[in-house]
Amino acid sequence: MTTEPVDADDVERVADLARVELTDEDVAAFTEQFQEILEYFDALEDVPDVDSEPELVNVMREDEVRESLSQEAALQNATDSEDGRFKGPRVS
Amino acid sequence: MSHNAFITEAEIEGADDGPLDGRSVAVKDNISTEGVRTTCGSAMLEDYVPPYDATVVSRLKEAGATIVGKTNMDEFGMGTTTETSAFGPTKNPVDEDRVPGGSSGGSAAAVANGEADLALGTDTGGSIRCPAAFTGTVGIKPTYGLVSRYGLVAYANSLEQIGPIAPNVGEAASLLSIIAGPDEHDGTTREEGKDVEYADAVDGDVEGMTVGVPTELVEGSDEVVRERFEAGLDELREQGAEVVEVELPSVEYAVAAYYVIAMSEASSNLARFDGVRYGNSGGFDGDWNETFSEARSEGFGDEVLRRILLGTFALSEGYHDKYYKQAQEARAWVKQDFDRAFETADVLATPTMPVLPPKLGESLEDPLQMYLIDANTVPVNLANLPAISVPVGDSDDQPVGFQVIGPAFGEKAIIRAGSALE
Repeated sequence: MTTEPVDADDVERVADLARVELTDEDVAAFTEQFQEILEYFDALEDVPDVDSEPELVNVMREDEVRESLSQEAALQNATDSEDGRFKGPRVS
Repeated sequence: MSHNAFITEAEIEGADDGPLDGRSVAVKDNISTEGVRTTCGSAMLEDYVPPYDATVVSRLKEAGATIVGKTNMDEFGMGTTTETSAFGPTKNPVDEDRVPGGSSGGSAAAVANGEADLALGTDTGGSIRCPAAFTGTVGIKPTYGLVSRYGLVAYANSLEQIGPIAPNVGEAASLLSIIAGPDEHDGTTREEGKDVEYADAVDGDVEGMTVGVPTELVEGSDEVVRERFEAGLDELREQGAEVVEVELPSVEYAVAAYYVIAMSEASSNLARFDGVRYGNSGGFDGDWNETFSEARSEGFGDEVLRRILLGTFALSEGYHDKYYKQAQEARAWVKQDFDRAFETADVLATPTMPVLPPKLGESLEDPLQMYLIDANTVPVNLANLPAISVPVGDSDDQPVGFQVIGPAFGEKAIIRAGSALE
């Protein structure tokens, strides 16, 4: 099985999911590059199933109150804030 | 002699005494420094000033180091040449027409041209070892979990580690001792790196050591690189090491698996850059989808967008099993292959990079070709292993790096083998 051809709609759909705005030229360039790169990734279909049992250890600690960044420090890189909170764009 | 190694020059003084007293250290610009901007080589974070230090930065300061600046890098670590930086490319001090490698190209260039005694880089798929190889310096990618990633701006968490770049193996080993060891702020760190003096292994004693050479990773290298690599193997043989061939059939799939996993993790990690809490803002006109899209399209360069979009694709409905799941299978296979190889060999050796440093501007047009030159470095990250790149002389006046790979937490073995090549 090989990749179905990648078209401009695919690139625009993914850009929409990733909250990225693309110009028509970007879409055209990415469409061509994605075709080539995804064809290369298709080789992964030949990888056999592998039995692996990674050793996992629980490293959770007790949830306890600790010192953290001050509100002022946490807000210092925000474009705008209001009453000690981040200010974002309207949601709809 | 400016090679554009630094994005921000600084002078952050450490403690009055300590093992790094009087030593200057350059820090890659994706590692947080309190009060000193940390851009990740991106216009997105051009004005971002971290409110806290990364654990490795705290340890440098406690050890008495002076941090002399934040080094140039491929944007968010995404590149192999340091040309995807929003702050312009870094030139290779060895040959100013060529790239210094990447993504930690600024760190390697600063060590190579003497602007810093030592440097920290980060390695997600070769980003310490590649620039070390291309600039004739030494770089160590530690075992996953040896060094804290707290305060490192994440690109692909399951693959990346912070590590040292230095003019020689001894200084790289000493710097590793300072940054290694458990950290309560990073749940993936382990006890193994606690209070270990890695420089003790700089004795060049390879008598009786078995060095495995994976033929798959030598055959793909250019002839000029192979000549120097073979000369390095001869040096090890002369000092009493035994060189044997080993097979790693899975590495044929390593580049594809690496890029699918790294891009998928990147698409998730970089979702945080929406311009609200930090980073380039999309303003307040329009709804949040519109302003977030604007912030991201303005702030990210082409390579970062490419990886976010391909990662989003690989994780999306209908494609997840085909790409992401298969890449994880390949990753498990690569790990098993290495485990098997270490049953017969103490360490493995390959050329660090299969090519000599490309000329500036040569690599950007064809992303897939750039990904393919990572063939010898990415398997190490997929398997969570440690590796060192040590210079083994020049070919056509360009430096060639020799990579030694060790079993998990086998840093002393790779440092020992590396020191035998100096």
